[in-house]
Amino acid sequence: MTWVRTHWIPLAMLAPSVVAVGIFVYGFIGWSARVSVSDWQGLLPDYTFVGLDNFAELMTDRRFTEFDVINTVVFTTFFVLGTVGLGLLLAILLDRHVPGEGIFRSIFLFPLAISLIVTGVAWRWLMNPATDGRTSGLNLLFDSFGLDALINAWYTTDPPWGIAFVALPAVWQMSGFTMALFLGGLRAIPEELKEAARADGASELSVYRFIILPLLRPALLSALIILGHLSLKVFDLIVALTGRNLELDVPAIYMWTTTFDANNFARGAAIGILLLLSVAVLVIPYLVWSLRRETEL
Amino acid sequence: MTRRLPVAAAVLALVLGACTTGSSNEVEVFSWWTAGGEADGLEAMLDVFGEEYPDYEFVNAAVAGGAGTEARAQLATRLSQDDPPSSWQGHAGQELIGTYVAADQIESLNFLYDEEEWRDVMPEGLIDLISEDGEIYSVPVNIHRANVMWFIPENLEGWGVEAPTTWEEFLTVAEELDSQGVTPLAMGFQWTSMHLFETILLGSLGADAYNALWDGSGDWSSAEVADAIATFDAVLDYTNEDASTIEWDAAAQLVVDGDAAFQIMGDWAEGYLKSKELDPETGFGWAPAPGTDGMFQFLSDSFVLPKDAKNRDGAVAWLKVAGSQAGQDAFNPVKGSIPARSDGDRSLYDAYLTSAMDDWAADTVVGSLTHGVVANDAWKAEIDTALGLFLSDRDPDAFQTALAEACTAEGACS
Repeated sequence: MTWVRTHWIPLAMLAPSVVAVGIFVYGFIGWSARVSVSDWQGLLPDYTFVGLDNFAELMTDRRFTEFDVINTVVFTTFFVLGTVGLGLLLAILLDRHVPGEGIFRSIFLFPLAISLIVTGVAWRWLMNPATDGRTSGLNLLFDSFGLDALINAWYTTDPPWGIAFVALPAVWQMSGFTMALFLGGLRAIPEELKEAARADGASELSVYRFIILPLLRPALLSALIILGHLSLKVFDLIVALTGRNLELDVPAIYMWTTTFDANNFARGAAIGILLLLSVAVLVIPYLVWSLRRETEL
Repeated sequence: MTRRLPVAAAVLALVLGACTTGSSNEVEVFSWWTAGGEADGLEAMLDVFGEEYPDYEFVNAAVAGGAGTEARAQLATRLSQDDPPSSWQGHAGQELIGTYVAADQIESLNFLYDEEEWRDVMPEGLIDLISEDGEIYSVPVNIHRANVMWFIPENLEGWGVEAPTTWEEFLTVAEELDSQGVTPLAMGFQWTSMHLFETILLGSLGADAYNALWDGSGDWSSAEVADAIATFDAVLDYTNEDASTIEWDAAAQLVVDGDAAFQIMGDWAEGYLKSKELDPETGFGWAPAPGTDGMFQFLSDSFVLPKDAKNRDGAVAWLKVAGSQAGQDAFNPVKGSIPARSDGDRSLYDAYLTSAMDDWAADTVVGSLTHGVVANDAWKAEIDTALGLFLSDRDPDAFQTALAEACTAEGACS
């Protein structure tokens, strides 16, 4: 009791956000889980318990299994690899103490400030697949430089590769962020380590291979977690690019349409829970890892 | 502590008091008419309301978002909180019936139709399609036609083709246009494919068989539906390759620019064509979608009366204006649609709209799928998924099976 009396101010300060997070995050997760095992279709809630029927239905739903899941895997692969690769490259280049580093850093970070909807609309113009007299955007650029081999259908390419082109604007937007992460990591590596390796006769390539990259592992892990969960939630970029086109469908879009267009709240909640689980698979190991590190330090 | 309690109570009362809005004479009408001709049309109808019912205060609760997707999500939230507006907009027909009647949210309006004698001035086909078990649930304000084919007469002349009247003719014309490097049919996002599919279903099956598909008496597995799907499949080969990247208005622009010959789109396309300084008949032409001459595939925005409406009298007053000749003639010329009533003042409407009014009075009235008349939302969503799969794999048998299954799972066949 004395503990409460002496600590009542921090407790009171914390209480509102603990209560709010408890209700609005965990409360609603619980409620979604409840709806996902219900038979709620239509505006009126129907909490009849149907077990895992909604999930079983999704497993045989071609839209979910043949498009949503595959698109998510393809998108995540291209998006994460592209963003990490490009971000790392930019960070290494900037770490060479180029003149005007601050300007470049800002330029690479700027796309992060743009809403994904705006990115989507701008890239819809850039990646226009029209041919013949109506060629425009990047295809027109390729055409005028004689790079006709590069002209392609972009995100209207047949599945499952169309979604890979959707990753392009996302990589453009997020690679500045990973650059900042990696640059922070690079700057934290003591110069003495690199000097020691060089003194031992290591080539510049070996310095990166054996000293720098291993030391960037924490930054890499953070980047993978953040990018991974972003790509599982992708929604606005695709809607801005192509409306609702089944070939580029992802779970988040299916969740929205089935819930609000078809009033199938049960199925929508089931998709939501599956999304949550897939994000959890990524985030929970990371949380465990970082908590353990904190206690070690 | 006890001294502070009354103060806290007073503050709480103030906050709560501020939350419960509205005096008893407010009429809060929820719609997605927030821009362009729709918003102006609503304003014009409000003037009529203000003149006829000066005692009521109109509250415009419009929410932006294409064809009401966002608005409907918000409305669903309000309804779940038992806070319905006095009246709201919905696509007349099964979209509205399947959602709000099924949830017991709105009242039958038969009394109002009797009182105002609206049955005498609205086509019987319309009344049938917007009723369920003999009860009419909404007041249609406007009528749009879905089965219209748009083109530029001058361009057609240049290419030496004429507007086709059947899908067979269309495919011949399309071959000719294709050889001249012209895209025969301009298309946009996936929903425009559903729009095309419903007009092909109608043109291929005819009005009666088309209606039968939606009331459960028709057979989705029939050879006729297979033919319609085959035609749809063939027509899709003559569309622009960037269809899935543009909206319907950008597709209309292809027709204006002469890159494409035809567009099958609802008659809101007229407003777009007029905004490009083209005049009806001389600048742009129209015809019923191939095979649908004498059929009027309609969609309609309508208003409803919620059960336990706040200010029910005010809501009914609004519905009376929405269904009145004065109200409809104020709204429709501005929005670019025709009145649901057959006694509109023709001098207010342009050449296209007057021709549509003639057809509305004379043609067989059938409902649109894409725009919510013939199928409820759940059924339509299943069809949309089946259609999306078809656009991807182009497997007609699988598409037909999926359509039949959708009718059993969510639609009238169950």
